[in-house]
Amino acid sequence: MISDNTYERYHHQIILKDFGEQGQLKLLQTKVLVIGAGGLGCPALQYLASAGIGTLGIIDDDVVDLSNLQRQVLYNVNDIGLSKVECAANVLRLLNPEIQIDIYHTRLINTNAVAIINQYDLILDCSDNFATRYLVNDACVILNKTFIYGAVSQVEGQVAIFNHSSENIPAVSYRDLFPEAPAENEILNCAEAGVLGVLPGIIGTMMANEVIKLVTGTGMPLINKLLTYNTSTNNIYKINLVPNKVKNNIAPKTLSELEAYNYELKCLIPDLEISIYDFNETLSKSGVAFVDVREIGEKPIVTEFDYLSIPLSQQERLLNEVPFETIILFCQTGKRSLYAAQKLSLKLGTSKKVYSLQGGIQKWYSERKVIIYGKEN
Amino acid sequence: MHISVILFGRLAEIESNSISLQNVLSTTELIEQLQQKYPALANEKYIIAVDKKMVTGNVPLNEGSVVALLPPFSGG
Repeated sequence: MISDNTYERYHHQIILKDFGEQGQLKLLQTKVLVIGAGGLGCPALQYLASAGIGTLGIIDDDVVDLSNLQRQVLYNVNDIGLSKVECAANVLRLLNPEIQIDIYHTRLINTNAVAIINQYDLILDCSDNFATRYLVNDACVILNKTFIYGAVSQVEGQVAIFNHSSENIPAVSYRDLFPEAPAENEILNCAEAGVLGVLPGIIGTMMANEVIKLVTGTGMPLINKLLTYNTSTNNIYKINLVPNKVKNNIAPKTLSELEAYNYELKCLIPDLEISIYDFNETLSKSGVAFVDVREIGEKPIVTEFDYLSIPLSQQERLLNEVPFETIILFCQTGKRSLYAAQKLSLKLGTSKKVYSLQGGIQKWYSERKVIIYGKEN
Repeated sequence: MHISVILFGRLAEIESNSISLQNVLSTTELIEQLQQKYPALANEKYIIAVDKKMVTGNVPLNEGSVVALLPPFSGG
């Protein structure tokens, strides 16, 4: 039975047809893990907490940054530099003290994924990179957990419910759509950059909606369906998903295979990233070429030191036009330049040293404290 | 036979206008024709949906079929 106070809190949804106290009790008994407390995670968490999901787990290793506030609506200027999961939990506990909130201030990786995911009934993939998305998929498949997928790109967002098996419906996993992680696409996603805050707001809210429908058994959840929403045109396109007949052997099949699996392309070639401190040190040295790999016209335009501009789309020029022993690449956030550095170092072998500025020029501008060299010479 | 094609996500940057093709009998033929017209498509990953149903492998197309190509998204 539901207490008077609880009834009052949730009565706007309890009085809905087909929902009732039964529906509310189901929500209160459900444990949901939200992976990623960013653009998708914030609105999802907000609505899941307010709807009365009994236990909410939040996992994210990041801290709040000023540039997050444009879309990550649980945070404010006082949170900058603080752990996202702690800030989110503080807001959600005030919103709904009746529910349990667990926080994990860490990155979901293959050695902690199983222990964390196993404690929850439903998983929300609100992450922002393919490495985590494939890890979530594989862990959920092995542990037989349903997960709600959401992702955004520019003006479009996708929502789907994966790995949900029920009578007569075979479970479809993300690997049925894309057997292998598209590492190169991810880098170009970084190049595309840009998203309006309302898009992850809408998609994250849709993910919360799918959770509520699944748990209460109401409506038509997006089981084995991929919904694409376009904020620019307001078009919604829904397709039915089917298992891929050509079964791939790429995915880990057991817990030990999962723990041994390499999800980070980064892990293959370590030590290509240079810190802001070391970067500033090299600005005064000779024999070093700095290369902006952003596309022409991307801002901010760097004026503080000398550099070459060779966009990622013209990478091959890096091989022929940079006659220096050390090459340091930079881009907006450090993703594209790391990608370019990986490619370049594979081609150059040990003949030259190649680095990528960690965090990109954005981080450099926000953190540089060392005197700038170069331009005055 | 008339087939229309809708491109999603970054694929829409390859061709933002709606595409219509004549005389394509299967998804394999359709992809071949599209790649001839838009070589950039060859480097892309996407799933194919025919009349709002995902398909794997080569499937026949019918008059008026709508084919959607959907790439993966990673942003969050």
